[in-house]
Amino acid sequence: MSKSTVGFDWTTILIYLLLVIFGWMNIYSASLGDTPSSIFNFDEIYGKQALWIMLSFFMIVILLSIEAKFYMRFSSVIYIISLISILGLFVFGKTINGATSWYVFGGVSIQPGEFAKAATALALANYLGDIQTNVRTFSHQIKAFLIIAIPALIILPQPDAGSALVYAAFLFPLYREGLAGIYLVIGFIAVTVFVLTLVIGPLYVSIAIVVLALLSLFIKRNKRPGYIWILIGIIVGIGYSYSVDYIFQNVFEQRHRDRFNIVLGKEVDARGIGYNTNQSEIAIGSGGWLGKGWTEGTQTKGQFVPEQHTDYIFSTVGEEWGFLGTSLVVLLFVLLLLRLLFLAERQKSQFNRVYGYSVAGIIFLHFMVNIGMVTGILPTVGIPLPFFSYGGSGLWGFTILLFIFIKLDAERMSF
Amino acid sequence: MRRLLLYIIILTTGFIFLGRLFYLQIVDESFARLSEDNAIKVVYDYPQRGYIFDRNGELLVSNQPSYDVMAIPRNVKAFDTSEFCRILNITPEELSIKLDKAKIYSPRLPSIIVPQLTKSEYAYFQEKMRNYPGFYIQKRSLRDYQTESAANVLGYIAEVNRKIIEDNPYYISGDLIGKQGVEGQYEEMLRGVKGVKYIQKDRFNRVIGPYKEGIYDTLPKKGKDLTISIDAVLQAYGEKLMLNKRGGIVAIEPSTGEILTMITAPSYDPAQLVGRKRSPNFTKLYYDTIARPLYDRGLLAEYPPGSPFKTINALIALQEDVVDIHDRFSCSRGYVYGRGRKLGCHPHASPLDMIPGIAQSCNAYFANVYRRIIEKYPTPQQGIDVWAEHLDSFGLGDYLGSDLSTGRPGKIPNSKYYNQIYDYPTYKWYATATLSNAIGQGEVLLTPIQLANMTAAIANKGWFYTPHMIKEVDGQSIKQKEFTEKKYTTIEPRHFEPVIEGMHQVYKSGTAASLNIPGIEIAGKTGTAENFTKIGGKRVQLTDHSIFIAFAPVDNPKIALAVFVENGYWGGRYAGRIASLMIEKYLKGTITRTDMEDWILTHSLEEEYAKPISGEPFTINK
Repeated sequence: MSKSTVGFDWTTILIYLLLVIFGWMNIYSASLGDTPSSIFNFDEIYGKQALWIMLSFFMIVILLSIEAKFYMRFSSVIYIISLISILGLFVFGKTINGATSWYVFGGVSIQPGEFAKAATALALANYLGDIQTNVRTFSHQIKAFLIIAIPALIILPQPDAGSALVYAAFLFPLYREGLAGIYLVIGFIAVTVFVLTLVIGPLYVSIAIVVLALLSLFIKRNKRPGYIWILIGIIVGIGYSYSVDYIFQNVFEQRHRDRFNIVLGKEVDARGIGYNTNQSEIAIGSGGWLGKGWTEGTQTKGQFVPEQHTDYIFSTVGEEWGFLGTSLVVLLFVLLLLRLLFLAERQKSQFNRVYGYSVAGIIFLHFMVNIGMVTGILPTVGIPLPFFSYGGSGLWGFTILLFIFIKLDAERMSF
Repeated sequence: MRRLLLYIIILTTGFIFLGRLFYLQIVDESFARLSEDNAIKVVYDYPQRGYIFDRNGELLVSNQPSYDVMAIPRNVKAFDTSEFCRILNITPEELSIKLDKAKIYSPRLPSIIVPQLTKSEYAYFQEKMRNYPGFYIQKRSLRDYQTESAANVLGYIAEVNRKIIEDNPYYISGDLIGKQGVEGQYEEMLRGVKGVKYIQKDRFNRVIGPYKEGIYDTLPKKGKDLTISIDAVLQAYGEKLMLNKRGGIVAIEPSTGEILTMITAPSYDPAQLVGRKRSPNFTKLYYDTIARPLYDRGLLAEYPPGSPFKTINALIALQEDVVDIHDRFSCSRGYVYGRGRKLGCHPHASPLDMIPGIAQSCNAYFANVYRRIIEKYPTPQQGIDVWAEHLDSFGLGDYLGSDLSTGRPGKIPNSKYYNQIYDYPTYKWYATATLSNAIGQGEVLLTPIQLANMTAAIANKGWFYTPHMIKEVDGQSIKQKEFTEKKYTTIEPRHFEPVIEGMHQVYKSGTAASLNIPGIEIAGKTGTAENFTKIGGKRVQLTDHSIFIAFAPVDNPKIALAVFVENGYWGGRYAGRIASLMIEKYLKGTITRTDMEDWILTHSLEEEYAKPISGEPFTINK
């Protein structure tokens, strides 16, 4: 250990351990077959996950022994290796569940996209941390966006829209570092118009845009934007709405449309496309206050919820641990995220702070999208719940992401 | 602001999630119900229904396997429907309707396509099974009757209807339940308790094992075997004697109250109401409103008891101390009372005292006796109520409270009844107005089992056990208080001697002198009861009912019985002969008087029964 080490943040480490262990208990229950065997039976899903957890502890030791400066110095190299690894998928990748996101070595499959997030976070931190970078200038913004967009655009056509979506999380560090708030506002408006277009159609959205624009004329002259900007806003808004409709109807595949339609309440189809969400809600809803008890979930045992040990693991928590369990998990995540923000804010270097915000942003986005999906608030987007869902690559990816930051935090005085 | 934004978003998201989870898990309970519905399947394990044995340990009812042809619609492939229909004896239309219904019920779950195959249908279909993917055979248990008689005693099994399911949570749709007779009365003992298994299903409705390792599961409890008091041989013999006649016979063992036979005629073979034939056969029996084979005359038919009722009037008179057995009354082919009305009688020696009065069944004698009973009290109301109370102690005029699945109270009129019909106090009425009661005609109505029980009480000299059918449960004698506690009549034992002697004389010198059984002393009483029907709204008299009561042997009664033969004319003609043959069969095991047996077997009353429905004018009592 370096003399500048001020100590690891044990709060974060404790929350990490609680999530990983509680996660494993639920994976155990969700993947428990008829014949329970040793928890280290590596033919079983829970056995494999136990192994991944062991190995990730081993990896933590390595991550924490590497000097913090290494991560900054080699961030570009790590980023480029990471890009090559996800590009290589187009040649060597194996398709699992419809997404060509995997390398398979022998019996082990690895998802390089899970590691690319940490690499991108390092690269972005490195770029924004550079004394010459000013995020308020347009050319630097473009470069920062490129760092984020390149891996996302490589992952998107695999196709893995869920993983690509996660890169939106980097807006948080960018905003923290001074990106104009208008980007977030425009992003928010874009999402709202997008959703409204799907729900009520582009015509009504266009009318609403025009009405809002006319109403803006009543704002005090000195506070309102110029007429030309209002006109541009109307044109862009309407054009966007119609192109969303066009893209939705003509570019999206039916399964994507279905996923949105269910969440928007346009299709109630419990046996068809909405099956996942519906079963997940039934499983969670059947838990009550205290749940049915560990490994006692009838929905879990009956495997009514598809992908329950991976993306839908939270439904097992809901069924077997009840509201007590689900609220505990939500609180643990909220605590972890708030702690990460607190840690990020106390960093001396911009590199560390950007990285910290990236970590918090990525984990938050997963948390929000995953639990939103499992509880039926958000559309079905297949991304895992950090530290919880089954999968070695995912677990390692998040472990690396988190523990690099813990190491950075521990050595924050040396910058 | 730049520092706070993400904090705010995180906290907001956390709160939204907690709210959503609170709603899903605590507020909205529909999810919990859905969960039970789709993940847990309840499977019942039906125990063997208990066997029924007769009093001599002879097996009457057991179980036989039955085979239902089941189908899981989504597994059914195209098949040769014409061959299928031919083997199973159904029409292609029926098959297609059944398959459509099954598909609507569930494509993944089994439905019954053809219920309850016979063994031969099953054997044949089993060989062709491989030609019909998606079909399979499910074994069930049905009743197997080892006897062709006693259908009314045994009752039958039917599928539960909606009302039963609503009233009794034990039963679910498709369950079987005993109806009527022993099956109905002892349903809970016979059926046992079905076992329940909670089975955990997966999303394809496949079974993946017991729910919670089976902690909520219960094992089925086998039904109890019952031994009933019926003597199967006597029952079958009685039914044979009653062929082509209508009426009821009830025989009781006086010392125990056990019902030895309970016959109704016409009847049917209990096996008719089993399996696939049940439904059409039941319909046929049910809609035979003329012969009414489902109507248990032994328990339900309320007949005027006729002369056997005189015995009880004699007992009441002795108890009320209004006659001495040596008091003689004269008879001039009848008894004349008020304004030239006359209660007729047949020719016999006159005057008579009690014993020959019973033996000769003198109407005039009993008219006098009856008047003395009623007129002992200041008002006829008081008199008749005292009289009715004595009758009540014999179990007459009310339900017996037995283990029989059905019954009727009969009718014993009291002062309230007569006050009402005579509009008292506007009009007064006197003993003479109720004089028919003296000879068991008029208002008095009794069921055969009430009359048999009355005979048993006479045989016991003043007490009886409530007549019952249950004898042993799983080999253990019954302990129910209502069947093992003596019920005493209001008549002192000493008064029974002369009446029994009178009944004995019925065989020695009286109206049944031709019906003696060599070597057995019998006490009995003939009865001939006028009866009426309505044809086109008009009251029409029919040929008299032939009635007989008897018990034997006189000094140690082993059997007491009552026989009603509808429209059999006088008591000795049908009922007396049948009673005599039944007693001989029961006490001796063989019939010595085969000429009498032949007479009964070869004589039919169908012609008599056809008269009132023929629409033609007819004569009676020929």
